[in-house]
Amino acid sequence: MTVYVIRRLLQAVLVIFIMTLIVFFGVNVIGNPIDILVDPDCDQACFEAAEKALGLDKPIIEQYFIFVENALQGNLGKSFVIGMPALPLIVERMPATLELALSAMILAIFTGIPLGMWAGLRPDSVSGKVIMGGSILGFSLPSFWVGLMMIMIFAVEFGLLPSTGRGETVTVGGIRLSFLTLDGLSHMILPAINLALYKISLVIRLTRAGMREAMHQDYVKFARAKGLSTTRVIFVHVMKNILIPVVTILGLELGNVIAFAVVTETIFSWPGMGKLIIDSIQVLDRPVIVAYLMITVFMFIFINLIVDLLYSLIDPRVRLQGIKA
Amino acid sequence: MTELANGLPLAAVSATEKAADVETPFQRFLSGYCESKVAIGAFFGFLVVLFLALACPWISPTNPYDLMQVDIMENRLPPGSARYSDGMIYWLGTDGQGRDMLSGIFYGLRTSLFVGAMSGVIALMLGTTVGLTAAYFGGRVDTVIMRIVDLQLSFPTILVALMLLAILGQGVDKIIIALVTVQWAYYARTIRSQALIERRREYIEAAQCLALGHRRIVFRHLLPNCMPPLIVVGTVQVAHAIALEATLSFLGLGLPPTEPSLGLLIANGFDYMLSGRYWISFYPGVALLIAIATINLMGDQLRDVLNPRLQK
Amino acid sequence: MAATLSVENLNTTFFTKAGEVKAVDGVSFEVDKGKILGLVGESGSGKTVTGFSILGLVDPPGRIVNGRILFGGEDLVQLSEESMRHIRGKRISTVFQDPMMTLNPVLRIDTQMIEALLAHEKMTGDAARQRARDALGQVGIPSPDERLKAYPHQFSGGMRQRVAIAIALLHRPELIIADEPTTALDVTIQAQILFEVQALCRESNTAMIWITHDLSVVAGLADDICVMYAGRLVETGTVDGVLDNPLHPYTRGLIGSVPSRNTRGRPLNQIPGMTPSMLSLPKGCAFRTRCAVADGACEEQPEITAPIDGRGVRCFHPHMDNPQ
Repeated sequence: MTVYVIRRLLQAVLVIFIMTLIVFFGVNVIGNPIDILVDPDCDQACFEAAEKALGLDKPIIEQYFIFVENALQGNLGKSFVIGMPALPLIVERMPATLELALSAMILAIFTGIPLGMWAGLRPDSVSGKVIMGGSILGFSLPSFWVGLMMIMIFAVEFGLLPSTGRGETVTVGGIRLSFLTLDGLSHMILPAINLALYKISLVIRLTRAGMREAMHQDYVKFARAKGLSTTRVIFVHVMKNILIPVVTILGLELGNVIAFAVVTETIFSWPGMGKLIIDSIQVLDRPVIVAYLMITVFMFIFINLIVDLLYSLIDPRVRLQGIKA
Repeated sequence: MTELANGLPLAAVSATEKAADVETPFQRFLSGYCESKVAIGAFFGFLVVLFLALACPWISPTNPYDLMQVDIMENRLPPGSARYSDGMIYWLGTDGQGRDMLSGIFYGLRTSLFVGAMSGVIALMLGTTVGLTAAYFGGRVDTVIMRIVDLQLSFPTILVALMLLAILGQGVDKIIIALVTVQWAYYARTIRSQALIERRREYIEAAQCLALGHRRIVFRHLLPNCMPPLIVVGTVQVAHAIALEATLSFLGLGLPPTEPSLGLLIANGFDYMLSGRYWISFYPGVALLIAIATINLMGDQLRDVLNPRLQK
Repeated sequence: MAATLSVENLNTTFFTKAGEVKAVDGVSFEVDKGKILGLVGESGSGKTVTGFSILGLVDPPGRIVNGRILFGGEDLVQLSEESMRHIRGKRISTVFQDPMMTLNPVLRIDTQMIEALLAHEKMTGDAARQRARDALGQVGIPSPDERLKAYPHQFSGGMRQRVAIAIALLHRPELIIADEPTTALDVTIQAQILFEVQALCRESNTAMIWITHDLSVVAGLADDICVMYAGRLVETGTVDGVLDNPLHPYTRGLIGSVPSRNTRGRPLNQIPGMTPSMLSLPKGCAFRTRCAVADGACEEQPEITAPIDGRGVRCFHPHMDNPQ
């Protein structure tokens, strides 16, 4: 097990190194930010001064090494636009994004799994078909458009729920959280549902497929032949088996949800990392883009690692292989 | 047949077998697909969408990008309003620049479908070649390729596409590049796993014994047998590509305003929505939904029909 | 004395999209206390569905359309699902074919055994664990305490089947339905388990239905035999009677196709043709298209007759020229 974890960690370091290369050189090919940032009337001298101040006059390889050296000290450069260090700028907005992403995931799990189980148990019933139809719709609905429609219906037409910002927040341990106040919670409902919609569909389909496959397995028949109640067969025997693929895929999807928060945050003006990165791309704020990418890469690798470990906790067969490896 | 069966039991058995064999794989596929009425509906729905997209220069009421035909004064008209000049009805209203929404949607569909299909075809060809190479040669080639695929797949598509567009800028070619980059890995992974199963089959061994060239074995023998899962993944990925393009265009990173896709039309309506002018965002979204949903529904049925595990 | 189980004219049909499949068609038999009934047939002959019908575990689109299953004075077909649940595992238990598949791969052995106990008896967790441990010991699993904490994949196939048998025996049932429990196992382990099961049955006076396609297994184990073909019983009788003097051409074919020392060097007898599709059974006798003695009469469905005392056969041309 330890060997396995160490090997995974080494892999992670390698991936991070490769990503710094790709991200840094990739992003630094984007057009020259000086053109945007500097006053159009600026002469050659002021132009060069600006370039020097931003460190853009040096050869790109040197810029890269400066970047890596600084990055190891936790310094990912200063935003060209805001002038603040990029890392704290992003970290400061991270809780908002994570809060949104996690609530969307929780929503997806707690609505998707029961609905999927029901549809899997009763595939030919009307309710089962409606659930499946809904999940196909959820897959096909462009989430940004749904977001707009939700704003139109719930905020504009009926004025039931707020559609922009985080609302009132509470600071817990230096982190601002929305879900602890009623106002914050009401601000969260629309964006969280919007972000969760696609995942709910995904969870429904995974659960339903797993359910249908598991129900035909011999161990289910044997469990019933033992005289167990239907509840126990479904919630212990079947559920534990279908949770394995669902948890794995959901874990991997957490990264996706965080990334897709970009869209939701833009629509609902949710002040998270996603909105920041869109704004930064539009003004070519390279350090922020690079820092955002590095943080997300880091986050994804971390999530993948956790999912793998979690997986081995649920599935005894994997646990055994891990020990042998 | 019954008279035969009395005296010649074996002949009767082989005769019934022959009768069953007359159905070709394609017919079996067709009858399997037609089992679901929804899937048939989706197929015809998709044909309509395709027709609208292909024929839009001839069937749309106006050319929304011909400035001569657009009257800026007639902007944001609700659905059903008539044009002042000749009384033509704007069935779905007009947008912020006074363009007919219905025509805009037809042209938008054209752009969206074109981008989705193009990127799908290119990603499919690239992914297939790479995946087959990995599976056929195995060993180190396989390891390196699959590591790259895994790495690529561990990052969310939207993030990769966002970054590429940030680097490349806007344009139809740019967004196709971005979509191909995020999608080829899905095809590569699918075809590799299928090819690994097929590669161990006897017909490949037979082809190798005949000393056929690698290229011939891979493309003439291996590839056709790997098609079913590829078709399923292809359908799903084209739907994804269309959705992703719309999303990126909505964020202002996809197509330029000169070639508006449905995503951009929806984005344009965003500003007017708060004042209750829903139609500018609503109708393009419905068109987008229909395009994606019909493809997804077809893909769903294809998966059921082509999945050997579900065949009874 | 009434039989432990008496099945009368059981009909179980699957209503599939492609048509109705009469998986079990008018099957009747009895099993007495302490006796073992061998239910023999090819795969698809309906023998497994017969077992599931008795347990009330036929899944849709299948259902019992006709017949009675009398067990302890009650008709199981009429019982509610809840009453059936109290019988399953307690008074009638099962052992399935594939030990790799019958135990839930993600639950520990103790969980799976204790839940079976608690489903039917009120007892403390410790008492249940003790019972489970004893049951494992009874079927010959060494160091049962440790093994209780293991997962199924940590057992060999034979050991898993022993666990399954231990679970079946937990409540000392009146009837055990064993569906090819030894088919997936090595021959040596098969022999051990056969021997042990037989001993356990005789000891506790349990009735048993042993479902198999393997005549040689039944020969040494069962008291009576029912041969099934295409959902119908074609021949019934005592083990010795049926094996020494098979009346139905199908049974003769089955026995003839078992290799033995006498057939060495000669081509094995085989039954020509293939098992017919249950969707398109020949009219009349289902076996007639593969039968050497079939004629025009066989286009009518033959009824079960008793040409010899204590025997039943569903054939117009039973093989009678073999004087006992």
